[in-house]
Amino acid sequence: METKYFTISVYSENNVGLLNRISGIFLKRHINIESLNVSKSEIKDVSKFTIVVFTTEDWTRKIVQQIEKQVEVIKAYYHEDDEIIFQDTALFKIASHLLFDERQIQNIIKASHAQIVTVSRDFFVLAKTGRRHEIEDMYHQLEPYGIMQFVRSGRIAVSKEAMPIRELLAEIEEKQHL
Amino acid sequence: MEVVNSKQTQGAAQTPKGMKISGAEALIHCLLAEGVDLIYGYPGGAIMPVYDELYKFQDRLTHILTRHEQGATHAAQGYARVSGKVGVAMATSGPGATNLVTGLADAQIDSTPMVCITGQVPRHLLGSDAFQETDIVGISTPVTKWNYQITKASEIPEIIAKAFYIARSGRPGPVLVDITKNAQFDALDFDYTPCTSVRSYHPLPVATEESVEAAASLINRAKKPFIIFGQGVILGEAEEELEAFVEKSGIPAAWTILGHSALSSDHPLNVGMVGMHGNYGPNVLTNECDVLIAIGMRFDDRVTGNLDTYAKQAKIIHLEIDPAEIDKNVKVDVALLGDSKDSLARLLPKIEAKSHPQWLKEFEEKHQIEYKQIIERDLYPTKEGLTMGEVVRGINEASGEKAVIVSDVGQHQMIACRYARFKQSKSNITSGGLGTMGFALPAAIGAQMGAPERPVVAVIGDGGYQMTIQELGVIYQHQLPVKIVVLNNDFLGMVRQWQQLFFDKRYASTVMVNPDFVKIAEGYQIKARRVEKREDLNDAIAEMMASEEPYFLEVRVEKEDNVFPMIPSGASVSDIRLS
Ligand SMILES: Cc1ncc(C[n+]2csc(CCOP(=O)(O)OP(=O)(O)O)c2C)c(N)n1
Repeated sequence: METKYFTISVYSENNVGLLNRISGIFLKRHINIESLNVSKSEIKDVSKFTIVVFTTEDWTRKIVQQIEKQVEVIKAYYHEDDEIIFQDTALFKIASHLLFDERQIQNIIKASHAQIVTVSRDFFVLAKTGRRHEIEDMYHQLEPYGIMQFVRSGRIAVSKEAMPIRELLAEIEEKQHL
Repeated sequence: MEVVNSKQTQGAAQTPKGMKISGAEALIHCLLAEGVDLIYGYPGGAIMPVYDELYKFQDRLTHILTRHEQGATHAAQGYARVSGKVGVAMATSGPGATNLVTGLADAQIDSTPMVCITGQVPRHLLGSDAFQETDIVGISTPVTKWNYQITKASEIPEIIAKAFYIARSGRPGPVLVDITKNAQFDALDFDYTPCTSVRSYHPLPVATEESVEAAASLINRAKKPFIIFGQGVILGEAEEELEAFVEKSGIPAAWTILGHSALSSDHPLNVGMVGMHGNYGPNVLTNECDVLIAIGMRFDDRVTGNLDTYAKQAKIIHLEIDPAEIDKNVKVDVALLGDSKDSLARLLPKIEAKSHPQWLKEFEEKHQIEYKQIIERDLYPTKEGLTMGEVVRGINEASGEKAVIVSDVGQHQMIACRYARFKQSKSNITSGGLGTMGFALPAAIGAQMGAPERPVVAVIGDGGYQMTIQELGVIYQHQLPVKIVVLNNDFLGMVRQWQQLFFDKRYASTVMVNPDFVKIAEGYQIKARRVEKREDLNDAIAEMMASEEPYFLEVRVEKEDNVFPMIPSGASVSDIRLS
């Protein structure tokens, strides 16, 4: 079976131990987490894990089944890249004098649509949001001039198709009141 | 207060609603409200406030002091498995808590409802490497269905209610609740409401009508249909539905070791055991059936052998409550995702009444082959040495097939599962998924207390017996009429068998130098007997079965017997070996 990137979206109750449970599911099967992001979701008190893996669809499906089995997980989905809108964000910290000494840097900033977040006497910070490969490109262009610090976030994604969690929760609540 | 709780007896009568009480006392009231009247455990510093309350409530809540916390978990498991109720085990923090891990893992893989309660260092010391602090929530995460650390007294009622609900609902499993010592001491306004739902947890899926229709249509067209059932039938209390389904459809049915006893052993359509040491017919014919109906079983690798050659010719129907089991090991054609009782009941009116005499004959022929080569020699040996099989046969005969048989892990377990005959469900208690040596003796304690009216026979190897032998102390102290049978071959027999077959007889560390087991039992003032000759066997078994006190029987069996049939690991079910 073909291996590719899958993005897993997990809606869950806010629970301290859940991250441990979820990461254990990957650990047990030796499946590397390419990136992991935990945030709030569109629903109050519901968290969202966005996990990227590079594996087969079969494994991804089994992992999603195991994730959904966890008591605190409301629902989990997996998507291929063309089914989602996704972005990574990176921050580059670069010495300020380079802005003036190296004309090319200004061109890189313009061409990459990166944002200057802050400028101080010693350093400035660029933020770039985009696809992973765009960030990689920018990294390679800036690298020769010296990057003081670099960090990239995990992928965040929304799906083109609905993930109808609100409806699901409403349905559950209705059942509970029966 | 009303307690919505079908499986356990209600005990909430004197619950002090709205009163200020300590967390420790609140815990006791929660347990009583859940119908708990029996706990297995071991005290220590971090759980002392709870033990102090147990002392005060001893007329309503019995605490059994096992001699090791592992024993407490297995006793709770044995209790749960015979009674269908939730078993409860309790331990202190640190080493007490870590000693629960094996039992938790066993209960997790065998879907046994159990709640474990551990004490923990006070909240302000968490994370400081305090005396007997261990991150038991972290440690137990992969081996629990759910776990939680309580750090405030006010959390106790809600969390304990949730713990019991999660442990027993859907596919059951173990839950661990860790309670910091301050939460045990602090006061709370007590109010207990049983948990009946958790928003993110959907334990009871219901099979779709289409899946039921699709399954019925496959079954009705099948020429060689075959049923394999597992513990899901017992956990779903679907024994009657299974029997009705088997009888109407005329389909031969085989069991996994955890499914054993869900269908009476003398039922004409009960064709025996599947798996590594299962029967010849059901294993080989798995690869010849045209429709395979798997009911409450999970296609464990000890059942399927090599998956690439497992039932490839068959359409597969899977009745299963846990969505994560669907297509996990074996891709199925129709999944009935729901409770086995409901799924079977809905399937029943849609299937045609049939019989399959030709197909059944194939099972009978295979049985004859196995009988001649293996079963007859196991059960009615003519050689001098005693066989494990004849001991199990003796127990069947002396008990009228009515005993609960609790087996440990190894050759004797496979022999016990193969040859034990049952008329009643929830009778075969064994560690299936984890294969935990040391399970049987404490599990038999729990089984005896969970089914006090039934004879309970523990069948144990000389190796596994010594892993939890200290629990003889419990049997002695409480005069539990458990019948302990040690089948002593002076070897770690199952490992020795593999060494003989696959490692050129290099018996590395499998020779056992054993103590005088009879003397040890006598040290606990347990009536004990040793049998070395066939002519004494039946008499000894009869004496044991008649005993109303604890009884220990050591049978010196042939040292180097092997268990057959056998599917070597990685081989196909059709390549099962008869020798
Ligand atoms: C706790 C644990 N350790 C090791 C094993 C591996 N193991 C499986 S069977 C077996 C031998 C059991 O020997 P014994 O209890 O004497 O029973 P027999 O096979 O001789 O009937 C061993 C060591 C195990 N299953 N459990």
